[in-house]
Amino acid sequence: MTFNVYFEDVRVGDEIPPWSRKTDFMNWNRYAAVNDEFVPFHMDDEAGRAAKNEQGAFGMGNLRYAYLVNALRDWIGDEAEIRELGCQYRAINQKHDVLTVTGKVTRKEILEGEHRVHLETNVVNQRGEATCPGHAIVVLPTRDPSAPGSREADRAMRDG
Amino acid sequence: MRACKKADDWMHFWDALGQLRNGDEMSNEDATPPSAEPELSSRESLITQDMHERKGIWAGERLSPPISESDIRKWAIATYWPERPPPIYWDADYAKTTRYEGIIAPPDFNPFAWPIERAHPHLRALGARRGGARTRGMNGGQTDTYGVPMRPGDIIRSRTRLRNWEEREGRLGLTLYTYTETEWTNQQSELVRRRISTGIRYRV
Repeated sequence: MTFNVYFEDVRVGDEIPPWSRKTDFMNWNRYAAVNDEFVPFHMDDEAGRAAKNEQGAFGMGNLRYAYLVNALRDWIGDEAEIRELGCQYRAINQKHDVLTVTGKVTRKEILEGEHRVHLETNVVNQRGEATCPGHAIVVLPTRDPSAPGSREADRAMRDG
Repeated sequence: MRACKKADDWMHFWDALGQLRNGDEMSNEDATPPSAEPELSSRESLITQDMHERKGIWAGERLSPPISESDIRKWAIATYWPERPPPIYWDADYAKTTRYEGIIAPPDFNPFAWPIERAHPHLRALGARRGGARTRGMNGGQTDTYGVPMRPGDIIRSRTRLRNWEEREGRLGLTLYTYTETEWTNQQSELVRRRISTGIRYRV
């Protein structure tokens, strides 16, 4: 994958490719296992209803955060960097929800030698509800071979 | 796209507890579900002397176990499920060809999962507020700034401080927003992650 997108190719208003997952116990239990997040209302419908969610068990906010990270990673490639990511949790992730990460470029800047792209982000469910509004800053490579942070400069530094 | 407000309060409560399962950021000393019709709050401030005393003081320091390649691989599989995660997280041969020259962890990877000691003593240091009126707590979200990536073999040091707060009138009455900073550094003292967590508290 390496780099997928260059700083010069991104325009304000561009949207990142949608990134979706249908979520249920198959996703939640795996996340519980790696994050040691065995909270009853994430794992058991009865416990979810006892916690006043009529539909039963519901998903973790932290997993939605991971989906934001993954959507950005898949867009920028695995050698570009996520510099900042923030979000607010605004709605419950119900079982069988289809969650889609969205992102729209709001600003570009060159700061501290980094080619930064700012985005507004969200995780939207199949009912169009914005469950997790937030923002992100990613650092992209540049096509200018003389610029700090370019692939060429990076490799020259690595190779001595 | 439309904002969903129907279950906001419950969601914040549940996610606050979810955060605690990470051993992160918020105190659950008095986290209980909000009532359907919260009582009108008085104008009395929710800011306590304890908050003034702890403001800006680093506490709750702890070290993670060494990060393993297998933990990173499993984390990536779980968060990408059912799709295949990027090879930078699991394919050592491929990762050697990248600028990182080896496997890295996803930025959201939690090296503090599965502690031997289940009662996290650091949580005492993370409580946004002690004393004063009885309140309920919610997770208002977070902003992470990332430095160098985590790698296999890294040992992460974490410390936390109450950074600042603000109080304003909201639909739940007088509401206290606290901003807690948690800093992760690696064994070379390089910044890995700085998280600013927003805690929301209101009177019950």
